[in-house]
Amino acid sequence: MNILKLLITVIFLINFFSSDLKAKNLGTEITKNLRCLICQGQSVYDSDSEFANSLKILVEKKLNDGLNEEQVYDYLKNKYGDWILYDPGFNKNTYFLWLLPILMFVFGGAIILRKVILKKKKL
Amino acid sequence: MKTKIFPIFLIITFSITFYVFYKGLQNSNIYTPEIKSEIKIPSFEAKEFFSKDNVNSDQIFIGSEYYLLNIWASWCIPCEEEHKYLMDLSKKENIKIIGQNYKDNFANAKNFLIKLDNPYDLIFSDNEGTIAIEWGAYGVPESFLIKNNQIIKKIIGPLNEKLFSEIKELTQ
Repeated sequence: MNILKLLITVIFLINFFSSDLKAKNLGTEITKNLRCLICQGQSVYDSDSEFANSLKILVEKKLNDGLNEEQVYDYLKNKYGDWILYDPGFNKNTYFLWLLPILMFVFGGAIILRKVILKKKKL
Repeated sequence: MKTKIFPIFLIITFSITFYVFYKGLQNSNIYTPEIKSEIKIPSFEAKEFFSKDNVNSDQIFIGSEYYLLNIWASWCIPCEEEHKYLMDLSKKENIKIIGQNYKDNFANAKNFLIKLDNPYDLIFSDNEGTIAIEWGAYGVPESFLIKNNQIIKKIIGPLNEKLFSEIKELTQ
């Protein structure tokens, strides 16, 4: 019985890793991180609008031209602004966006720590 | 004293958060790319609409003349509305109107020009829509006013009376 379980686990793991490898197409990865400007709220990869379809072709073209992932993002950011990226870079417009979770984490941690210390003092 | 710091801090944090989100409510949730002026036009290669010859962007935008690049398609309804303004502009001597036929069917596009007349000095085809992205456009119609290989005005959407007179003023 145990051998069977082990076998099933191994098969699952192999499938998991191999499917992950198949999905690693760079063009797909990039278009998944681009926001469609026509149907906002969808990625370019998900969208079927004229704009998104053209952008998919363009990304493939740029990759064939020898641009790397970072250069494709820069190119599009230059044309459409930060908004097109789902993962915007760290700049003065996004300080708040990136730092807020850290602040919340630190602040929350401080509250918890305080509670724990207070409780210990009472005991 | 010590116990009061936390409630005050909490209230301040809450107020700031509330303020940010409240402000955000008034913002439009439809994003339009920022209109950067004084940027260089992209270089691209395309096919001329009628002859299907290759044209290069350097061959289209020459010298210090004014050019109006208009992205259009026969299937685009607002393009019909703005057509009369393009016809008017085409009568002006110092501005050349360049058409970029966006993802269109050749026969339909030709009929469109026969029906409404052709204001363009030159038309090139953009069947894949990739040249529109080079321009930073994302829909039809969009127009770009160009001088000395620089975009001096970008218009998203159809031309109207106000934009028409603005273009006239700029190209005086």
